[in-house]
This record gives sequence, C-alpha cells and structure tokens, in this order.
Amino acid sequence: MVLVLTLITVVAGSALAYVNYVTAGQIEKIKAENLANGVKQVMGVGSDSQLDYTTEQSGDFTLYRSDRGIAVQSVTNGFGGALKVLVGFDNEGTVTGYTILEHAETPGLGAKAGEWFQKGQKGDITGKSPATTNFTVSKDGGDIDAITASTITSRAFLLAVQDAYDELLKANNPDAASAASAIDQKGGHDK
Amino acid sequence: MNNLKVLVNGIVKENPTFVLLLGMCPTLGTTSSAINGMSMGLATMFVLILSNFIISLIKNLVPDMVRIPSYIVVIASLVTILQMVMQAYVPDIYATLGLFIPLIVVNCIILGRAEAFAAKNNPVASIFDGIGIGIGFTLALTLLGAVRELLGTGAIFGITLWGESYGMLMFVLAPGAFIALGFLIATVNKIRKA
Repeated sequence: MVLVLTLITVVAGSALAYVNYVTAGQIEKIKAENLANGVKQVMGVGSDSQLDYTTEQSGDFTLYRSDRGIAVQSVTNGFGGALKVLVGFDNEGTVTGYTILEHAETPGLGAKAGEWFQKGQKGDITGKSPATTNFTVSKDGGDIDAITASTITSRAFLLAVQDAYDELLKANNPDAASAASAIDQKGGHDK
Repeated sequence: MNNLKVLVNGIVKENPTFVLLLGMCPTLGTTSSAINGMSMGLATMFVLILSNFIISLIKNLVPDMVRIPSYIVVIASLVTILQMVMQAYVPDIYATLGLFIPLIVVNCIILGRAEAFAAKNNPVASIFDGIGIGIGFTLALTLLGAVRELLGTGAIFGITLWGESYGMLMFVLAPGAFIALGFLIATVNKIRKA
C-alpha cells in the first residue's frame, strides 16, 4: 500500500520535473519578450523598432529608463489579487501608455482594465499627467471614468498609476519626494 | 457496451453538465464568454482523457485504501503538466484561462469518471469515455458561454451582433450564470424526453 503510493508519487514527481525542465526556458523567454514588448508599447514605440532601456529596482517598483521617458512597474491589490501594471511616462510626466502585466480580476468585468483605460476608450488615461489630472474614479471625485460594475478594479488600477507617478518623481528628484506625497494626500484617494 | 456507445453516452445520456450536474464551479465560473467556456471545456477534456487512461491502466495495482490519493496525484500531475505546457507554447490562451487551470484538479467530473468508469473498465473504453464526457462538457460550456455572452454583451465569440449598451450585465455576473444554466437544463431535458 505504502509502496504503491510512493511509487506513484515518485513517477509523477519525475514526470513533473522533466516537463518543468523542458518548458522552463521557453516560459522565461516568453516573459522576457512580453516585458520588452510591454515597455515599447507603453512608451509609444512600435514593436519592430529598437528601444534601449536600463532597469532599476526600487522597493516594489521597477523602473525602465529610456531616452523617451520612464516606464514604471507598479503593483496594487485588485479585486481578485495582485494587479501588476506597467505605466509609461514621457519626460514631462505625461502618461504615454500602459499595459497590465499580471492580474486576477473577474473575466468580463475587471479584466477589461486591459482595454478600458487605453487611448480612445471610455476611461482614457493617455496624454494626461497625474500632476494636473486627479487619477481617481469619478465616484470618488476624480477625473477618470471607472469600468462599469468594476469600481474596485478601477480604483486599484488608478492607484497603481498614481503610485508609479510618485515613484517617478522620487527617482527623478529625491528632494521632491515629500512634495509628491503632499499631492498624493490632496488627491485624497483611498489607500 | 461498445466504444461508440460509450462516446455518445457521455455527450447525451450522461452529459456531465445538463444531466449529471457535475463540475458546477467551472461551469458557472468560466462561461462569461463562449470562447472562455470552450477553452475550459477542451482543457478539461485533455486532462480527463489522460487521467481516465492512466487510472484504468493502474487500477489493478492500486490497493482500495489508497486509491483516492493515488488518483488525485495522477490528476494533479496532469493538470500541472498542462499548465506548464500552455504557459510555454500558447501564452495567449494561458493569459485568459490561467486562473482556472489549477481548478481542474478539483473538478468532480474528473475524479467522478475515474471512480465511476475508469476504475471498472479497460483502458480503451476509458479513453472513449473521456472523449465523450469531454465533448459533452465542452459543448455545454460553449453553449452556456454563448448564451451569457449574447445576452450580457450582445456579442458571440467576440463578434458583435448588437451594441454592448443593449447587453444585460447581469448575465456576465454570477446570478446570470445560474439563471441561464437553469433554463438551458430545462430546455435540454425537454428535448431529451421528447
């Protein structure tokens, strides 16, 4: 009895180890490609063209600095789990684009965040800067329309963008970090 | 029972969703659109065919007392393999379904068929049972997904028939899933008895 169960788990374990060995490289490759394409996309560069960037790690944030601006990776808690967003800012701090790297939002509802805030969509955030626009949902007195029936996802997303912007200010000018948090409080969004 | 009968049995007479009412969690959870329902059905079918086959092969080696843990180890390994393979080679589908794939392990259709069919029949018949039940499950999920997508967003398989503003959002949410499933079961049973 014990022998059979041990045998089965050993066989299953070896099969898993083998598949993991075969697929691990490919999965890493896809993740790296997605990231490179994501950085290009949020900086408004076509996926065929070349964009050189350097990577900096700062706490929970990752900054990808290029001559067109900085893309910031930021994580907040969404409706169903971690919501990982990559936001691109040009050198003036205006949002050039964004992409959702990882999410666990409800399909058909919060999962729409991938399109909802893009250029030309209902909750368009591109071309706006958190310095002049209130990046909270209109229900909370902000300037951005939330996804229909997905206020929690929308709040989490906009918070991620705001956090990314604060991190950008801190990275560009360490002295202004306190000013950034002042703006944050004035914006009064729900943390 | 010949193999063809086993196959048809899974699609019509013992349809897992409409007749056996098994695996309700993935049925209600993943069918917010037709394509999601179909992908979930196909992923489940893949695991079901392999688990039925393997369990049927090892059924005489496994003592009764440890059969459930043994089956679960087999099923969980297959699901993990499926997850890694999908992540590596079909990342787009994985991105939409990734969250639901691990849930196949606890889908009671799979363990249910292992106990009810694979543990009592030969490997070839078990494969056919896996295909039949798998097709039945995929059809049911695609149908439910299509109904909910159409009523909820006015589209079917992502092709817009009428504007999203005419959609009833409730059908994309959980209550709509229960209502749509209830009416579908009633309709299918009516047709089956006629």
